[in-house]
Amino acid sequence: MENFVQHRGLAVPILRANIDTDAIIPSREMKRVSKRGLSEGLFAAWRYLELESREPNPAFILNRPEYEKASILLCGNNFGCGSSREHAVWALAEYGFRAIIAPGFGAIFAGNCVRNGLLPLVLDYTIVKKIAIWVEQNPAEHQPSIDLMAQTIDADGTSHSFEIDSGAKHMLMLGLDAIGLTQEQWPKVMAFHKERQSLRPWLYEKA
Amino acid sequence: MCFGCVSSSTNGQQMVWWENMGQSLFDKLWDEHLIESQARDADLIYIDRIFLHERTGSIALSGLHELGRKVFSPEQVFCCMDHIVDTHPDRTDETTMPSGKDFIVATRQYSRDAGITLFDLDDHRQGIVHVVSPEQGIVQPGMTLVCPDSHTCTQGALGALAWGIGSSEAEHALVTKSLRVERPKVMQVCFEGELAHGVGAKDIVLHLIAQYGAAGGSGFALEFTGPVVAALDMEARMTLCNMAVEFSAFTGLIAPDEKTINYLRDKPYAPKGESWKLAEEYWRGLSADSDARYDHMLVVDCSALEPQVTWGTSPHQAVAITGTVPLAGEGDDADSAGFERALDYMALQPGESVAGQVVDAAFIGSCTNSRITDLRLAAKVLLGRKVAKGVRAICVPGSMQVKAQAEAEGLDRIFTDSGFEWRASGCSMCFFAGGEHFGFQERVISTTNRNFENRQGPKTRTHLASPVTIAASAVLGCITDPRELLKR
Repeated sequence: MENFVQHRGLAVPILRANIDTDAIIPSREMKRVSKRGLSEGLFAAWRYLELESREPNPAFILNRPEYEKASILLCGNNFGCGSSREHAVWALAEYGFRAIIAPGFGAIFAGNCVRNGLLPLVLDYTIVKKIAIWVEQNPAEHQPSIDLMAQTIDADGTSHSFEIDSGAKHMLMLGLDAIGLTQEQWPKVMAFHKERQSLRPWLYEKA
Repeated sequence: MCFGCVSSSTNGQQMVWWENMGQSLFDKLWDEHLIESQARDADLIYIDRIFLHERTGSIALSGLHELGRKVFSPEQVFCCMDHIVDTHPDRTDETTMPSGKDFIVATRQYSRDAGITLFDLDDHRQGIVHVVSPEQGIVQPGMTLVCPDSHTCTQGALGALAWGIGSSEAEHALVTKSLRVERPKVMQVCFEGELAHGVGAKDIVLHLIAQYGAAGGSGFALEFTGPVVAALDMEARMTLCNMAVEFSAFTGLIAPDEKTINYLRDKPYAPKGESWKLAEEYWRGLSADSDARYDHMLVVDCSALEPQVTWGTSPHQAVAITGTVPLAGEGDDADSAGFERALDYMALQPGESVAGQVVDAAFIGSCTNSRITDLRLAAKVLLGRKVAKGVRAICVPGSMQVKAQAEAEGLDRIFTDSGFEWRASGCSMCFFAGGEHFGFQERVISTTNRNFENRQGPKTRTHLASPVTIAASAVLGCITDPRELLKR
C-alpha cells in the first residue's frame, strides 16, 4: 500500500453534504470481481452526460480543465455515507486522489480509506469552505499542503491543525498492511480464541 | 428532546460520577470481545461470525486467493447469493446485470475452496443475508458478527454486536478472526409512548433520522430502548436496526428479551439441548446496567407519530405523510445546495404535499422490509383490492423461506390477485446494478432504505416508506396515508 506522509496538490471542491458511495461509484460501474479499473466509474452519474457514450458533462467540476489532475477533494459533511462498497475508495484512489477533506465521513468509508492509503481528513465546515473559496480563486497556484506527521494542512495562508486516530495515522504513514500487523499478535489472538471456546462453547458446535 | 450526559459539577467530579456508573450493553459486548486495547492504536476485537455476499464478499475471497491467505475458521463463515441474482422464478447463473454471472461463479468457487457455508441460488434457504442470518439462527445475542455490507447493523436487533465493514476489513476478519476497530461512543435512543395503528418501525426510524439528520448518529453505536422497542416484534426490531447506518451510526443494538429467546428457539443454527440452556442463561443476563453511562441520550416521543415518507434524496429528508416538503433546507442542507438539488431531482416544490404525488411503481422488498410480518401487513391492505392502473407493483420476499411461508398462508395470492408481481428472493431492485431497474425519472414508492439519486434506476425518484404505505399507494396510484385503507 502506498504510504502517506506529506502531500501538496490540486484541490477540487464538491461541498454538498451527504454524498453517498452510490454517487461516488454507482453499482452498475462495479462490473468485475476486482479492485482495479474502477476510476472510470467515479462519480459516473454526474461526470457523464450519457452513461453509454461516456460523453463528459462540462458542468461537472472534475471535467473542468482547471481541475484536471486534482488530488485533494474538499467535501461537505458525512462524505461516503451509505453502502459499504470499498469500490468508492478504490475508484477515488485510482483516479489520483490522495486526501479527502470533510467535516465528517461515513464510518465504513473512512476505515476503507485508511486501508488504501487515502487520507480522510476532518476539518470544520467553516474551514473547508474557506479553503474551497481560496482554491477557487486560482486552483493551479492555490494548492493545499498536508503534513500528516505534524497533522497540519497549509491553505489560504493559514496552517490548520487536524485530529486523526493514532492507529489510522500510523497505518497511513507507514503504508502498513493491517493483516500483517495483526498476525504479529497471533499468539494473543489464538489464546483468546481458545478461551472463548470454553466460555461460549455453543458457538463452536456443528449445526 | 436531546440531552447529553453532562454533569454540572467540575470535570474532576464528572470523572468520578462516570466511573461509578454502570455499563451499557454495547460496552459489555465490546469488552467481552476485546483481545487487546492499545493506547496508540485501535482496539483488536474478536469476531465470532462472518457473513459474505457475492457482491463484495467475492472480492474479499479473491483478495485472499491472490495473496495465498487462508480463512482461519471457515465453519464460522457464511455466504449468501443475494445482491445481483435475478429474482425471476426460473433464474439461473445468467443475470440481467451484465457480468453478474462472474460474481456468482467466482463466489461459488471461492466459497468451495475456502470451505465456508454458501446459501447458493438453488438452496431453499437462499435469500438476503440480513434476512437469512436471523432466520437460520446464525446471529445470536452477545456475539460479534461482521459482513462487508452496510446493513449488517440489522442483526443488532437480536442483541448481537453486528456491523458493516469494507472488503479489506473482511479479508482481515477472515484471516485473523479479529478486526482493528476504533471504539465508538455509545448513544441511547429511547422511544417513548405507544405507536398508533398503521405506524411501525420504519416510521419511527425515518422520523429519528429526519429529526437529527443523516449524520446524527455519526461516531456512535446506538442502543434502542423504551416501551416502543419492547412492544415491537423481532422483525420490526430488525427494520429499526437496519436503518441505523442511514443515521451514520456504527451500529444499532437492542437488548435480548423473551421475544428474542422465543424467536431463536428451534432455529437451525441455534444451540440445542444442554447448550441451549447454557446459551439462554447467558442471553438472559445481557442488558445494560440500570445506571449505565451513555455518551449521549435521545428521547423520541412516538405517541403522536404518523406514517412517514421521504421527499428527497437522503433518508433524513422525510416528513409525516400528512405533511409537506419543507420551505427551505435545514442543518447540513442549508448551505450546500443539497435542498434545492434534491427537490430538482425529485421534481417537487417547497411546501408541496407529499401525499397525492402520482407514482409509477411500488416496491416491497429489501433487507429493511421483506420479512413475513412485512408481507402480512401489506397483504392486509391489498386483500380484495387492485393496484391502480399504470402502476408497476413488485413484491420480492427476503428469503426463499419467507416466500414459502407466505405461500403457505396464501399471501402470494393476495399479492398477485391485486396485481403485484411475486418474485423469488434477493436484493433485487433496492439498487440498480445495471440489470433490472425502474424507468427514467419514474416515481417509485419503496420499502427500501436508500432514496439516493439513481439508486433504483436512472434518475428514478424514490420515496421511502413502510410496507403498508407502499401497499396503500400502489392501490390508489399516488402516495397515500395507509391508515384510511387499514380501517375495515
